[in-house]
Formats: sequence, C-alpha cells, structure tokens
Amino acid sequence: MVDMSVKIGSVTLQNPIMPASGCFSTDLAQVIDLNRLGALVAKTVSREFRAGNPPPRVSEVEGGMINSIGLPTKGIEYFLSHQVPDYKRFSPPLVGSISATTIEDFEAMARDVSTSAIDVLEVNISCPTRDPKGGNFALHEEHTFNVMRRIRQTTDKPIWCKLSPNAGDVVAIAKSAELAGADALVVSNTILGLKIDINTFRPAIGNKFGGLSGPGIKPIIVRMVYQCAKAVKIPIIGCGGIVKLEDVIEYMLAGASAVMIGYLIFRNPSGIIAIIDGLQEWCAKRGFARVADLTGAMIDEAPRETYAAAAAPIG
Amino acid sequence: MAHRPFASAPYVVGKGAPALAPTHIPAEESLCPVVSHDWINSEYKHLVVDASPKALAVKPGQFFNLLCPSPDAAELWLRRPQSVYRIDRENRRIEFLYKCVGRGTFGLATLEPGDELNMVGPLGVGFAIDRRWKHIVVLGRGVGLATLAPISQLAGECGIGVTAILSARSAEFVMADDLFGKVGDVIAVLDSDATSAVEHVEAILKRLIAQRQADAFYTCGSNRLLQLMKRLGKAHGIPGQVAMEQVMACGLGPCYVCVRTFEVDGKKELRRVCIDGPVFDLQEAVGW
Ligand SMILES: Cc1cc2nc3c(=O)[nH]c(=O)nc-3n(C[C@H](O)[C@H](O)[C@H](O)COP(=O)(O)OP(=O)(O)OC[C@H]3O[C@@H](n4cnc5c(N)ncnc54)[C@H](O)[C@@H]3O)c2cc1C
Ligand SMILES: Cc1cc2nc3c(=O)[nH]c(=O)nc-3n(C[C@H](O)[C@H](O)[C@H](O)COP(=O)(O)O)c2cc1C
Ligand code: FES
Repeated sequence: MVDMSVKIGSVTLQNPIMPASGCFSTDLAQVIDLNRLGALVAKTVSREFRAGNPPPRVSEVEGGMINSIGLPTKGIEYFLSHQVPDYKRFSPPLVGSISATTIEDFEAMARDVSTSAIDVLEVNISCPTRDPKGGNFALHEEHTFNVMRRIRQTTDKPIWCKLSPNAGDVVAIAKSAELAGADALVVSNTILGLKIDINTFRPAIGNKFGGLSGPGIKPIIVRMVYQCAKAVKIPIIGCGGIVKLEDVIEYMLAGASAVMIGYLIFRNPSGIIAIIDGLQEWCAKRGFARVADLTGAMIDEAPRETYAAAAAPIG
Repeated sequence: MAHRPFASAPYVVGKGAPALAPTHIPAEESLCPVVSHDWINSEYKHLVVDASPKALAVKPGQFFNLLCPSPDAAELWLRRPQSVYRIDRENRRIEFLYKCVGRGTFGLATLEPGDELNMVGPLGVGFAIDRRWKHIVVLGRGVGLATLAPISQLAGECGIGVTAILSARSAEFVMADDLFGKVGDVIAVLDSDATSAVEHVEAILKRLIAQRQADAFYTCGSNRLLQLMKRLGKAHGIPGQVAMEQVMACGLGPCYVCVRTFEVDGKKELRRVCIDGPVFDLQEAVGW
C-alpha cells in the first residue's frame, strides 16, 4: 500500500490532488465523488457582492483557454451562511479563498472567514482579471509582504498565498510571502493574455485581457515551482495545466508537495479521480512507499546522453 | 479503439466498464459509440449514439457537454453543449440535432458510425409540464427546435395536446415537424414566404389563446419570439418556459462562464445557464 497522504504544514491531506479555486464547487458532485479529493477549494470570495465581468467570459486558445470571470461572488455573508455548510457535507478539508483590494479589507476578511468550518485560508492576491489592467498585490514584493504579514497577525488558520506568474521575479515574491508568515505557496494563478476575434476585430472576451490556463502554461509554472522550491522552506502547491498523471509527477519532482487542478475539470471531469488512482498505481509500480517522497526528487543534472552527444566529434 | 486524449477514465458504453461514479451521482463522463450520423439538410446533422444508463435518464430540455473531435490540425480545448433531441429508451440511444456553425460543430460532424463520442451529462434543469394542462404551445426558431423537440415526447406521455409553431428560413430548415406531428398540430412559418413575421405569429398565438388551446408556452432559439411569448404570456396569465443558450466552459456550475441576466421581482440577477437552467421561467428571462 502506498501512503498517499501529504502534509502541507499542519494540514494533512489524504492525497495531493486538489481542485483549483474558481474551477470547483459542490456542483461537481453531479459527476464525481468529492470525498476522494485531497481538499475542497472554494471559489474566491470578497466582502461584498460582485457581478463579475461582462460575457463572453471565456475563449478557447491553443493549449487551453483564456478567461475573464472577474471574481463574481455573493459576498462573504452568503459564503459563510450557505456555501460553507454545503461544503461541509463532504469530508475533505475545506480551503476558503479570499480576495480584497486593500490591506485593511484583506485583514477583515481573514478574520471573518476564520471560522471553525474553514481548515485553510487561501489568499488570492493574484487574480489577473479583477483589475482590468491585470494588476494585483502579487506583482510586488512589499505589497505581498504587507498583506500576508497583516493576515498572519489576524488569524491562526494555515494561510496559503496564491502567487501570480505575471510577476517579474516570482522567486522574490515567494520569499516575501514566506518571510511574512505564509504556511504554503500556491504556484500559481493564470497568465495574463489577449485573444482577438478576427471576425469582429474586437477582444474575444468581455474584459479584453484574460487569464490563460490549461496545458499550454504548464512548463512555465513547473519552472516557477522548481525555482520557488529552491528558494523557500515552506511547502509549495503546484497549479497550472495539469491534464494527466504525468503532469502531477512532474510538479512533485519539481518540488510541489501537492497540486491543484482547474482546466482538466472542464475538459475531463472524471480525470481528476483517474489521476488519484493513477498516482497510487504509479508509485506502487516505481516502488515509492509514500507519494510525499516524490516532492523535490528531481535530479538536477541533465541526462548523461546529452554530454555524450556533445562530447562526440561532429562531422 | 478510438484515440482517447488526456487523462480521463470515463464509463465506456457497451464495454461493461464499471461506472466510475457511485449511483447517487446523477451525471457522468461516458464514451458513447456513434450509431448513425447523417446530414439532414445543408447545415444540420442528426447524431445517434448508444448511451450509458445514467445518460439515458436525461430529461427533455437537459443537455450534454460534448468533447468534439478537432476539424483541423489543432485541438479543441473546450466542450460544446448540445441539448438532447430525442431519447430512445427502448434502444438505449440518445439523439442530437445540431447546426454546424464553427470549429466545434464542424469537428463533431466528422464523427462516423463506430467512433466514440465523449459526453458529460445529463446536465441542467429540463422542461416541466403540468399534467392538468390540456394543450400547450411550442414556438421555436431554427435549430432551437432541436431543444424543444423532446417536449413532444413529454406531452405524448402525459396525454397533452401540442400546437408547434416551427419558424425557419425556408422549408428545408423546419425541424421536428415529424415528432410534433404525432402529438398535435404543426404550423411552419417561414422567412421565404414572410409567414414568420412577428405579427403573423402573434395572430396565430392569439387565436390559440382565444380557442383555449394555450395552457402553457415553450420557446427557444429567437429573441423576437421570446419577447412575443413573454408579452402575450404576461397579458393573458399563461405560464411559460424558455430554453436559453450561452457559451460554456465547465457546463457543471462552478466556473460562472455561462451567465445571463434574469429579472425576478423587479431585481436583475445573473444566473448560470448550465445549472440554474438551461430552461428558465419565461417571465424571468430578459433576453435570449
Ligand atoms: C444548453 C445548450 C443547448 C444547446 N443545444 C443545441 C442544439 O441542440 N443544437 C445546436 O445546433 N446547438 C445547440 N447549442 C449551441 C451550441 O452549443 C453552439 O452552436 C456550439 O457550441 C458552437 O460551437 P462551434 O465551435 O461550432 O462554434 P463557435 O465558432 O465556437 O461559435 C459559433 C457561435 O456559437 C456560440 N458558442 C460557442 N461556444 C458555445 C458554447 N459552448 N455554448 C453556447 N454557444 C456557444 C458562439 O458565441 C458563436 O455565436 C446549445 C447551447 C447550449 C448552451
Ligand atoms: C474560469 C476560471 C475561474 C477561476 N477563478 C479563480 C478564483 O476565483 N480564484 C483563484 O484563486 N483562481 C481562479 N482561477 C485560477 C485557477 O485556480 C488556476 O490557478 C489556473 O486556472 C491554473 O490552473 P489550470 O491550468 O489547471 O486551470 C480561475 C481559473 C479559471 C479558468
Ligand atoms: S459553464 Fe461553468 S458555470 Fe456554467
């Protein structure tokens, strides 16, 4: 038997496979058994009602999709009174995700959402489509530090900081979040992109810019996970473009302790369960007694053949 | 075996594979063999697949989110929703009728008998019917008639009469007349002879109301016809339902991609077509 459990700081997950915020809700119980998941990750909430961005909100692009949902939410009160009890019908730990535009509001949100029903607080400082220009806290070291420090001082819950791949130096942001007291990093949110409709000459989605997700972004995010894992001691949760078992293994080898899956839920909703089963089988076959042993197991040296080929005389 | 991209392990119809999801989970991802797939005019195709037991529980007005094959050298990255056109429980088959409009539907059109179609469903809220009603009116436009077609089955099972007003560009594009012909009257209204004009359709509806043949209204496929039915429904106190469409991603509820505006008690709100609908109260729909 493979031990599939992983520890993210003080939280133990039954397996490292979680859905990504915004791509998951209890509505998914229509098609899969939610009790199989490592954790339940709620859609980001903000304090007040937000309608979100104008439709169309998605468009297909090669390698995935571009979205500008714009964080629609019924607000924190509705979240706590209606959505949280609904999540509690299922057994995996519940990760609540919060967003705000000021540090003060982030602090207040963190306090209000830290109820006994919430196991982890994910701090979404990286949604690229909430601000039409794509800006957010996670683009700046000091903003990241200040907001995470304030939240750390406010709540005893484990806090996971969701980073943005749009930051110039993601590793520096990762270090600020760690220094401020984050318990784990989620690497990462979507990459800001643009798609143009060649029939209308207009942006393909209502908000003009949108967040790119899906398999096209995976190599970029795997690289970021690898770099962050070398730079911080706190656990990292890999997120971006996972569509098959091999992708999860890559993320873990790069240094992720667990992963989150978004796009695949749209593409193959049963795939997330297939990956959990597949990961266990793969570990058994490769002789890993604990899935956690995969984390950071990547060997840095390039394949030997590379050297052999390079050493061979040409011509 | 057909090429099966990505990590899915769906239920394979006809291969006896165990269903992944426990029985209390109503929908599933399944691979369904194509039985037949024919052009019925220059733009519309009729697709028949062998369906899984969960899929066969589909109700009129519900839909499936289909993973269409690619029509070109690139990939398709999102599913395409299609409502069920006919439910053939006897032969354990589900039928779709769709119009080819873009990469997804042109890709879908490449499927041949024996190929597998990956479907997620059944999804969404279907049409409701009240057994006390004696006669209902169905008004649809273009391929919206595909979505309305299974109402004929529902009405047939309940012994309710139907008048179906089928609006299309020309006679070639009139759909589901055979299905509605079995349970009631069919009136085709066409652009080609100007009978599809709103005033003409309004006169037909008013006549049916006067004859007490309009206990409920059903519509899909046209904003003009939705507004007409809404207005007459309100004026005469006739309940109604509309099947809506919107671009979707997940088709399941979490992503909030598929929202449209509705008005309830004077207050506007956004609802998700995939899980709050696709069938909505006629009076609450703002526009198609
Ligand atoms: C619940 C529901 C039931 C439907 N039932 C039928 C049906 O029975 N028969 C039928 O012919 N069509 C039906 N449609 C519409 C069908 O989904 C679209 O025609 C199809 O997705 C277009 O994809 P495409 O790639 O061929 O075209 P594209 O090139 O992507 O788009 C062509 C047009 O279709 C719209 N569209 C694109 N993607 C979607 C999407 N995911 N959902 C809705 N509209 C979209 C676009 O806005 C555009 O106007 C239904 C839609 C919904 C939401
Ligand atoms: C439709 C959609 C909505 C999303 N909403 C949120 C959100 O509310 N909060 C958040 O932190 N991330 C959100 N994301 C980002 C995802 O959680 C994830 O970080 C990203 O999609 C990359 O993973 P993927 O390639 O597996 O989808 C959203 C993504 C999509 C596609
Ligand atoms: S398509 Fe995702 S919520 Fe409707």
